[in-house]
Amino acid sequence: MTGMGLGATVLPRIPVLGKEVPLDAPWYNVDVATKKKMADIALNEARSKGATYTDVRIGRYLNQYVITREDKVQNIVNTESYGIGVRVIANGSWGFAATDKTDTDGIAKAAQLAVAIAKENARLLNEPVKLASQKGYGEVSWKAPIEKNAFEVPMKEKVDLLMSVNDAALKGGANYVNSIIFAVNEQKYFASSEGSYIDQDIHRIWPTFTITKIDAKTGKFETRNSLSAPIGMGYEYLVPSDAEKIKGLTTLYKKRYDMLEDARFGAKQVGEKLAAKSVEAGKYDLILDPSNLWLTIHESVGHPTELDRVLGYEANYAGTSFLTLDKWESKKFNFGSKNVNIVADKTQVGSLGAVGYDDEGVQTGEWDLIKDGILVNYQVIRDQAHILGLNASQGCCYADSWSDVQFQRMPNVSLRPGKQKQSVDDMIKNVEKGIYIIGDSSYSIDQQRYNFQFSGQLYYEIKNGKIAGMLRDVAYQSNTQEFWNSCVAVADESDYRLGGSFFDGKGQPGQVSAVSHGSSTSRFNGVNVINTARKI
Amino acid sequence: MPLLTKEEAQALLKKVLSYSKAEECEANIYGSDGGNIRYARNSVSTSGGVTQNTLVVSSAYGKKLGTATINEFDDASLEKVVRRSEELAQLAPENPEFVPFLEPQTYPTESKTFEPSTAGIDPKFRTDAVAASLDIAKQDSLVAAGFLENSASYAAMMNSKGLFAYNTSTNVNFNVTLRTKDGKGSGYASKGYNDVSKLDVAASTKFAAQKATGSVESKAIEPGKYTVILEPAAGIVLLETMFFNMDARSADEGRSFLSKADGKTKLGEKLVDERVNIYSDPQNPDLPTANWNGDGRPQEKIAWIEKGVIKNLYYSRYWAQKKGVKAIPSPDAVVMDGGTASTEDLIKSTEKGILVTRLWYIREVDPQTLLYTGLTRDGTFYIENGQIKFPIKNFRFNESAVIMLNNLEALGKPERTVSGESNIHAMIPPMKIRDFTFSSLSDAV
Repeated sequence: MTGMGLGATVLPRIPVLGKEVPLDAPWYNVDVATKKKMADIALNEARSKGATYTDVRIGRYLNQYVITREDKVQNIVNTESYGIGVRVIANGSWGFAATDKTDTDGIAKAAQLAVAIAKENARLLNEPVKLASQKGYGEVSWKAPIEKNAFEVPMKEKVDLLMSVNDAALKGGANYVNSIIFAVNEQKYFASSEGSYIDQDIHRIWPTFTITKIDAKTGKFETRNSLSAPIGMGYEYLVPSDAEKIKGLTTLYKKRYDMLEDARFGAKQVGEKLAAKSVEAGKYDLILDPSNLWLTIHESVGHPTELDRVLGYEANYAGTSFLTLDKWESKKFNFGSKNVNIVADKTQVGSLGAVGYDDEGVQTGEWDLIKDGILVNYQVIRDQAHILGLNASQGCCYADSWSDVQFQRMPNVSLRPGKQKQSVDDMIKNVEKGIYIIGDSSYSIDQQRYNFQFSGQLYYEIKNGKIAGMLRDVAYQSNTQEFWNSCVAVADESDYRLGGSFFDGKGQPGQVSAVSHGSSTSRFNGVNVINTARKI
Repeated sequence: MPLLTKEEAQALLKKVLSYSKAEECEANIYGSDGGNIRYARNSVSTSGGVTQNTLVVSSAYGKKLGTATINEFDDASLEKVVRRSEELAQLAPENPEFVPFLEPQTYPTESKTFEPSTAGIDPKFRTDAVAASLDIAKQDSLVAAGFLENSASYAAMMNSKGLFAYNTSTNVNFNVTLRTKDGKGSGYASKGYNDVSKLDVAASTKFAAQKATGSVESKAIEPGKYTVILEPAAGIVLLETMFFNMDARSADEGRSFLSKADGKTKLGEKLVDERVNIYSDPQNPDLPTANWNGDGRPQEKIAWIEKGVIKNLYYSRYWAQKKGVKAIPSPDAVVMDGGTASTEDLIKSTEKGILVTRLWYIREVDPQTLLYTGLTRDGTFYIENGQIKFPIKNFRFNESAVIMLNNLEALGKPERTVSGESNIHAMIPPMKIRDFTFSSLSDAV
């Protein structure tokens, strides 16, 4: 809450805006009235220096990691970062500055620097920033609907769970196991010169493990990663529930994860992976579980429908997009088969993207990206809406910290479940030569999102409608449009699950964002599979 | 905000340790002051300035360890972060692998990582640099997207054993992509230095412009095995996959590309072509790095691969103790020896081959063989009889750095480059490699 406490020799100890941090408040949340005062300092200072628009984000970002291997807790880490970011428009151009010196002087200086930067940038402006109109919401708040705050769960409970997971893996025959619980809490406050003061509390959790087995004789090793998903929930995600399980070759999980059970399966499967048959390269019909398909959706649908990429703003780093505006304007660009209906949202309960308002104060919602296989929309923020003839943003703005400027980030992008009742077993029994893939692994796609290659955790060969054992050395390669046009079936909503990432990277300087992708198991016909075995 | 001087950092860390009630305590503080500017569509898009500091405190009771971080520095916050790390340590079970914090160390001479001129970069400097880059783009009717960032930073650590370490550094990175207006050609350049006077934004932009105009009307050729010339910006992203996986414990445990049957490793064995020499040297004048690493160990000159032989692996302090060897930390940057040939010379000596400007989206496929996949990007050209004949469409590759360094044809003159994947800096030569595996074509430009 104050500037650098290096003593009076370096910086004056300016009176604190808020209260002293009480030592006994483990997860201290700055009160809203203090944040409003801080925000108003920045809003007023920026306006007085010539800003025509200002927004302020005050963020306290908490992370907790419990890190273990085998029978050892390697470390328990809590991180906390607190500061303020000020974004302005001055002379038609954006400027941004951030500081962790959150006293009056520090905030005012950040606002001044943001305006100064905007004015410098205006020298090189082609056209002034055009913001979609946005009403101020006044003082509002939003809290993620969690049941059990992971930060408040006793440490012993988390440690005991991970130790039991590791024990199960080792007893199951694994040589090594690493496991981790990673919890995130974003306490963020947004204020704008348009009259919004928005306080939000966001929670995420990701329990995960890697089990390793080594064949000492051959020197070969294999791993099996957890089939959990990073998710926008509290610790309740780690309370197993039979109603949230899908039983089959391995148990798959919906909104509750049984980490111990998954570790038992994992230990057995990692041994099977070592002994599995190396795949014969060629065309296969693929049955992709949501734990694999989420990443393919993320890379091949999520990223190319980001409007900033389409327009060229990411050309120097993440790349551009093959989904150019003319394809959208034609209203008939055949992205995928009729089975492919892809929706964007920032509202799905339990998803990583769910918030009440985005990081430029826009209330969130849901919209179609691909409808019956046709490209119908993109992901948009306020300064892009006019390009699509929209009069409002879709609420896709996000910054991963108070210290980074907010920009267009992917909302949840999900494949809608099939409308007709269809299970995974129904799907498999119709496949003559195929591979059923569970879990995610290697992933890579080109900078315009045409050519991709993905791997998985578990590969089951399908021969004449039946599972015929495990395969290894599998990767599937395809072209986005070709792949989604080969989608011949999507299982119904009883199979719908979320996958996702805590670390979707984009932007310069690089920022990460957390995003979920829902789907039901789906079938893709005639996909190219390569064999990845090599000798060194 | 000014960076903490050595004395200021020392005073702050002493204060932090004074709050400690644990058996052992260690505090690291680091901070930076910098700015960035990003442009796209021939105009500035986002830019900003940021100042930040982070304090990391680790407390230990016996073999129980807890760590907490904070970025507020009033007395109450300093005490809070110490208490929090202590609470976490007390909640943690004993870790038999815990190693007591380091005793005071002697560090090699401080390397020249800090340049006042770089620390003095202001918003106007950044905007002027972008203006110079945009002028070139506009002259050539190209569309530019780029990024320039600079920072001045410091890092310091102190522990209850009396160890103290401190250093400062500056950094400036510039990278740019130029595309033709019809989107059929694309070129890239990337440079990074401690000393901004070495950065030539115009020269880099011209290099990217040449690649962009030269890469239009590309032809598709069949995927397969080809001789390639990897420019340093392309080579680094594959080479670094080796450096990131040279951990001794993983090798000893049997789960690395350096593991062999029956618990043995490839340490001391010849793994790649004998012309390959890779080392780290914090005092290298072209690539100076800090003289200590994050846990207080000195950073010294270390040979990693010598004449193709794996000479050293890096160790955690625990694993080194267990194995009874020196605990060599992982390096901050590496240098690969080369020859005197320029990229142009390598092209001239190539009968048939492919020139690769950049490799992108590199992901591990098989850790056992260090097989990685990714794609070419921003300028891929077909070479015939010592000349660039025509631009070609981009490829996806599946290749291992180990296989690649066994298929070495020639090395050029090393230059400082920045990985587009990890942002690490390295001194590496352009490399000519035979039988590089391209698996499929990409339509991306």
